[in-house]
Amino acid sequence: MSYYFTILSPTDVPLFNIAFGTSKSGGDGIARFRFPDTAQYMNQFIIHSSLDMVEEAQWMNGNMSANLSYSPKSPTNHSDPGAGGNRYLKHIDTYPPASAYISAFLAPSGARFLLLHQPPNASGPNAMGGSGSGGGGSGIGGSSILGGSFSAGSSSRASASSIAANPTSPQTEEAVRQFMTEVYENYVKTVMNPFYRQGMEIRSAVFRSRQSY
Amino acid sequence: MSSNTKASRIGEELWKTRVDKVNAELVTLTYGTIVAQLCQDYDGNYQEVNKQLEKMGYNIGMRLIEDFLAKSNVGRCANFRETADMISKVGFRIFLNIAPTVTNWTSDNNQFSLVFDENPLADFVELPDDGRAQDELWFSNILCGVLRGALEMVQMQIEAHFVSDILRGDDTTEMRVSLVRYIEDEMPPEEE
Repeated sequence: MSYYFTILSPTDVPLFNIAFGTSKSGGDGIARFRFPDTAQYMNQFIIHSSLDMVEEAQWMNGNMSANLSYSPKSPTNHSDPGAGGNRYLKHIDTYPPASAYISAFLAPSGARFLLLHQPPNASGPNAMGGSGSGGGGSGIGGSSILGGSFSAGSSSRASASSIAANPTSPQTEEAVRQFMTEVYENYVKTVMNPFYRQGMEIRSAVFRSRQSY
Repeated sequence: MSSNTKASRIGEELWKTRVDKVNAELVTLTYGTIVAQLCQDYDGNYQEVNKQLEKMGYNIGMRLIEDFLAKSNVGRCANFRETADMISKVGFRIFLNIAPTVTNWTSDNNQFSLVFDENPLADFVELPDDGRAQDELWFSNILCGVLRGALEMVQMQIEAHFVSDILRGDDTTEMRVSLVRYIEDEMPPEEE
């Protein structure tokens, strides 16, 4: 599982971003996205394109204390255990060509936490080895983004049956929620730092090191 | 160490009964803002910031000792060791609700270290990463000034400075306090 996480200020200024992978599938915690190395900016494109959805959810629910969550994929599941006025928006957007799933979390101050997750390339041990050895996407698709994305799309359907790799399963939602809550706690601490000014990029190495899944 | 436990008891008692409590974040954020503002005002001249903090603390200490004595009702300390205990177990206790460890005495009993396990002033703080603050700024330097001001009012001239700070990546936060001299009651120079 590869992740790309970003924090956006209320005025859409990126404050922080990080790419990382799980130690489970990658083995070493390094993100292996199915884009060629030259196309890492795709993460940013995809994640920022979900902002419309986030904002729609943000304004549709009106006041911050509303505990409704906007979740197009699972409209029946509306229980949001977010503490205080924080809202975990669950899985909010999908970018099928890259099988990228985006979860969002709204801090009461208007900061947006966005997590892009990309399930492992395939569930089979062979394919896992393949993706482990330097990015399955770039291996199969070469330098073409289209090729890489296509192979990714088909393989994600194969792995969708496995619960762990299914980004819309309740387990994943819960794990992401925990992650978001942890990040939020750290974010609060960072904001409380007297040397941090509102809207400043978060450069703290401590903060960065704490964000691991 | 009977005086030790006595001091702890006094501190504990005072903390429970005589002290008005205030929200910790209020203190932390207020102090943090002051330091950050000083850093900005002096344009990153951290030596100067340290000096200013010390001076502010000195002015606080000169008043605070009065409040401390009024609250605690303790008498004069017999020696510097007792003073150290009072500072740690009563002083820090009632004003910050911490009790730094007194340690590393020199053989002449004139120097000791206060090791802070926790420091409410420095919660949430990360020093600016401009490459200098980590080496030059003593974030909690106001405490040195407080001790100097307070002890000066009770006839002790001391020198206090931090030797390490967790904020800088050290293992402990340690302040070194040394007694310079007891200030004898001097007759005011009168013309006659």
